[in-house]
Amino acid sequence: MKLDAKIPVGPLAEKWTKHKFNLKLVNPANKRKYDVIVVGTGLAGASAAASLAELGYNVKAFCFQDSPRRAHSIAAQGGINAAKNYQNDGDSVFRLFYDTIKGGDYRSREGNVYRLAEVSVNIIDQCVAQGVPFAREYGGLLDNRSFGGAQVSRTFYARGQTGQQLLLGAYSALNRQINQGTVKMYTRSEMLDVVLVDGKAQGIVTRNLVSGEVETHAGHAVLLCTGGYGNVFYLSTNAMGSNVTAAWRAHKRGAYMANPCYTQIHPTCIPVSGDHQSKLTLMSESLRNDGRVWVPKTKEIAARLQKGEIKAKEIKEEDRDYYLERKYPSFGNLVPRDVASRNAKEVCDNGQGVGKSGLAVYLDFADSIKRLGQPEVAARYGNLFDMYQQITDENPYETPMRIYPAVHYTMGGLWVDYNLMTSVPGLYALGEANFSDHGANRLGASALMQGLADGYFVIPYTVGDYLANIGPAPIDATRPEFAKTKAEVQERINKLLSLRGTKTVDEYHRDLGKIMWEYCGMSRNAEDLKRAKAMVSELRADFWKNVIVLGENEEVNQSLEKAGRVADFLELGELMIDDALNRDESCGGHFREEYQTPEGEALRNDDEFAYVAAWGYKGDNMPEELHKEELEFENVKLTQRSYK
Amino acid sequence: MNLTLKVWRQKNSTSTGKFVTYKAEEISPDMSFLEMLDVVNEGLVKKKEEPIQFDHDCREGICGMCSLVINGEPHGPKRATTTCQLHMRSFKDKDTIVIEPWRANSFPVVKDLAVDRSAFDRIQQAGGYVSVGTGGVPDANEIAIPKVIADEAFNSATCIGCGACVAACKNASAMLFVSAKISQYAMLPQGQPERYQRAEAMVMKMDEEGFGSCTNTYACEAQCPKEIKVTNIARMNREFFTAEFIKG
Amino acid sequence: MSNFSKAFSSTLGRKLIMCLTGLFLCSFLIVHLTGNFQLFKNDGGLAFNQYAHFMTHFTPIKVVSYLLYSSILIHTIWALIITLKNKKARPVAYAITPKDGSIWSSRNMGVLGTILFVFIVVHMANFWYKYHQGYTPLIEYRTDLNSGATMSRTISESEFTGYVSYIDNGIEITKSEDLYLEVSNAFQQWWLVLFYVIAMAALSFHLVHGFQSAFQTLGWNNSKYRPLIKFIGVWIFSILIPIGFAAMPIYFFFK
Repeated sequence: MKLDAKIPVGPLAEKWTKHKFNLKLVNPANKRKYDVIVVGTGLAGASAAASLAELGYNVKAFCFQDSPRRAHSIAAQGGINAAKNYQNDGDSVFRLFYDTIKGGDYRSREGNVYRLAEVSVNIIDQCVAQGVPFAREYGGLLDNRSFGGAQVSRTFYARGQTGQQLLLGAYSALNRQINQGTVKMYTRSEMLDVVLVDGKAQGIVTRNLVSGEVETHAGHAVLLCTGGYGNVFYLSTNAMGSNVTAAWRAHKRGAYMANPCYTQIHPTCIPVSGDHQSKLTLMSESLRNDGRVWVPKTKEIAARLQKGEIKAKEIKEEDRDYYLERKYPSFGNLVPRDVASRNAKEVCDNGQGVGKSGLAVYLDFADSIKRLGQPEVAARYGNLFDMYQQITDENPYETPMRIYPAVHYTMGGLWVDYNLMTSVPGLYALGEANFSDHGANRLGASALMQGLADGYFVIPYTVGDYLANIGPAPIDATRPEFAKTKAEVQERINKLLSLRGTKTVDEYHRDLGKIMWEYCGMSRNAEDLKRAKAMVSELRADFWKNVIVLGENEEVNQSLEKAGRVADFLELGELMIDDALNRDESCGGHFREEYQTPEGEALRNDDEFAYVAAWGYKGDNMPEELHKEELEFENVKLTQRSYK
Repeated sequence: MNLTLKVWRQKNSTSTGKFVTYKAEEISPDMSFLEMLDVVNEGLVKKKEEPIQFDHDCREGICGMCSLVINGEPHGPKRATTTCQLHMRSFKDKDTIVIEPWRANSFPVVKDLAVDRSAFDRIQQAGGYVSVGTGGVPDANEIAIPKVIADEAFNSATCIGCGACVAACKNASAMLFVSAKISQYAMLPQGQPERYQRAEAMVMKMDEEGFGSCTNTYACEAQCPKEIKVTNIARMNREFFTAEFIKG
Repeated sequence: MSNFSKAFSSTLGRKLIMCLTGLFLCSFLIVHLTGNFQLFKNDGGLAFNQYAHFMTHFTPIKVVSYLLYSSILIHTIWALIITLKNKKARPVAYAITPKDGSIWSSRNMGVLGTILFVFIVVHMANFWYKYHQGYTPLIEYRTDLNSGATMSRTISESEFTGYVSYIDNGIEITKSEDLYLEVSNAFQQWWLVLFYVIAMAALSFHLVHGFQSAFQTLGWNNSKYRPLIKFIGVWIFSILIPIGFAAMPIYFFFK
């Protein structure tokens, strides 16, 4: 099957407007005859569910948490980009488009990214109208800051909790619809499969996480807004419950998974403190504005530091390596996330790392405190310093912070066309769950923008076109496909519950995470990837023999929940490795050691790899089929990123 | 560290629960409280015993899903901290730690330490929003909001909906939670058109859900991980009384 | 009207009732204390007995006094209703009572209120009931308007036809029920004095929370008013007023 991204023809700036006009509309009187299923209630899901319900569709929304407000969008700290140009500093829709394409290392679609930049301005208006308390200036107007090395100030923010405020805005819109009866909300419900009837997505199978009941729900369209799969690495900044199950189940029913190897590793996280570590905590990137990154120049000094024989402050200036400033004199500590992360790994692999484990670098504020005074540093970063101290029990005003990169976001996801429809008709993917807008690397403050763009301003138009085409006749939930899919889900649950081996689900998850992090993390090479593939494959086989799953289905059963998720991560892990192996180039979040410039920077291969790798599931233990969607660049010139 | 845990175990909302004692051994002071429970749970699973159920998700203090009353304190002994951000260095070797769920009639136990806080959602659904649909809204900068008001509204908006206020209150009152949302919108220009309707609807829903009333002990403020102030409750009272007795 | 009843039966409405009756009772305390300061006058009780007569026979004050009685009852009954409802909100108690940084009195208003209610009953039985039922001794004051000297003597019921005050030959004659003597006699019993002092301590703790709390309930808790409300609540209502009242039994006991 040839992949048709359905990107409208015509000039970039007119594509979306023209496309919207060409989309079919559903008669207002007919809208209530359509049922739309929305899975996930983060920024994309909550905004989509609310917006579709406002239009008149019947929406059923699902989340596995106890409340739609808990979705992990809530944890985003930094901000949300919008091309408002409120600061009069030369921002424009085109500039945001250009920055996003370039930041994504030229592996995203021009049409999608331009649309994202275009609707970014509406998002801010929408959120402000909902009462989202963005930061303001004394004149009462909205404040902006520059974020993630952007040359313009286009980031809107709400202290260090922009994600929470935006999500609460979308949650409030969702609540309004629930109150009006247009959205039926199912909490503590996990989607375990999608039901296909005549090749179209017409329902889902869920498990009620309280009663254990396996249920089917029918709808004219199914929207997956289920987030990213960073937890395949076990340790990430994702929430404990974040998982790939909904997306992976959809993949196994025919939805292509695109660019799964593109993983964003965030450079400023609090390092792992021991084997007990359950997740990693990110600290805002803004710390790099005033902090200086360094490690000891020699392994010998680093070894003494690791043993606790000396302290950071005792290391003389000439024995320190400010490696980012040294290698990138013009950007210094402010190089993009992928570059900063990779360099941290490099110095640690070289034995220069600090902390007990040697897997950390210093982020030192001593110079800033000298220059600005402690009160000013506290005013800028006080809350982050407090958080750091709370977790590590070290005072960053006195001793340098230790940081290390951590998995933060997955750019890959379900393949979708311009309408956000996956390769399965009627099945859509929004937000981090899809692959569409960030290419190989996501810019800071763009995740929130994309989630809300998809939910508020894209899907309400595009889903209508599909619905108008299939017509409002009720979906027949008595069709055998529903019972069959449900039975398959139950069978899988029973199989999991029959496993009373010797190893816990968490142990498998940790093992998988270690393999993925080691061989398919910040930098990869073909040899290691091949080895990792065998390891994951072996681990997966062992899982289905040796894992312990306790309890029964008809109760709250966390070991069953986790087992199902980890089983899917084990399959996804292999596909990520396949994708990383296939992509013989380095770009953005995918760094293949074989492909680098003489200076050690990512070396793209635009001639052979300027395409989206969309993988199609072919059956258990079968290699997946690669479908290529060629990327066409008509408006930007592909260049090598340089931060020297 | 080696600790003794007394943990509330309850199969589901209809059964009666009891305390069960567990040993938590070789605990690192760098672990978070929930990581300590992870270790205990992993040990239980290895012994083929049912792990302790507790709610948690983001583990960075913002999603509001984690709970636990630890030695009589919601979210444990550290102020302005959620359980997931509480570290074991706040405890001493050989301590006995009593862990209970949020206890309130309106928060039935789901299992062990996990409770059902959907009453909070229903209160928000009753009026915790500004009735604007997607699209057709004015430009963001057409609404100027004085910084002091924006900041104050923000302070109210930082509520994470964890329910510690209810857990801490001797009357299991939800007023801090409800008032934070009412306050946020009462202060902002966007909230004005539905200001009084909202206060009435949310308060009435709160009562219907069976939360207790406020006796101004301010335990909620002391235990709130986000330090939401009781001045919000005063503001809610004013909004409600205005709605009932003045605006009619 | 149905709207009002809905409002008053909400948790907030019930609190409003507690707050308004409470504040009314607070205002009464000021009047009561000011009047009772006449007890400290060294005039054989003349001023106090005149004041007592005025308070019980002046119609507007009588109306207010009925308001007062009903406030006491409503405050008490509503407190019971609220407490019962609040108990229902947490059917399973904590094994360890939450430590919450709240002040002791705020968590024990019910206990304090019960002490105060018992006190009010005893207090009214002691003085109000006897006075109203005519069980009080009688007295006649003769004040020489030239010298200002006052003489008093106990009189029998046959000499008393009701409260009178008139001037006869440069001498002001007042015949009155002698509540002053009643007070003076009552406070010769050490246990009653002790009970009064304990009750006033309860009043102090009740008001240190109650007065400020009322303003929180009304919604007048913000950074502007809070210092003033706190000052009045602490210094006037929980220190000066209880001390003033407690001084009376102590004064008579040691007099």
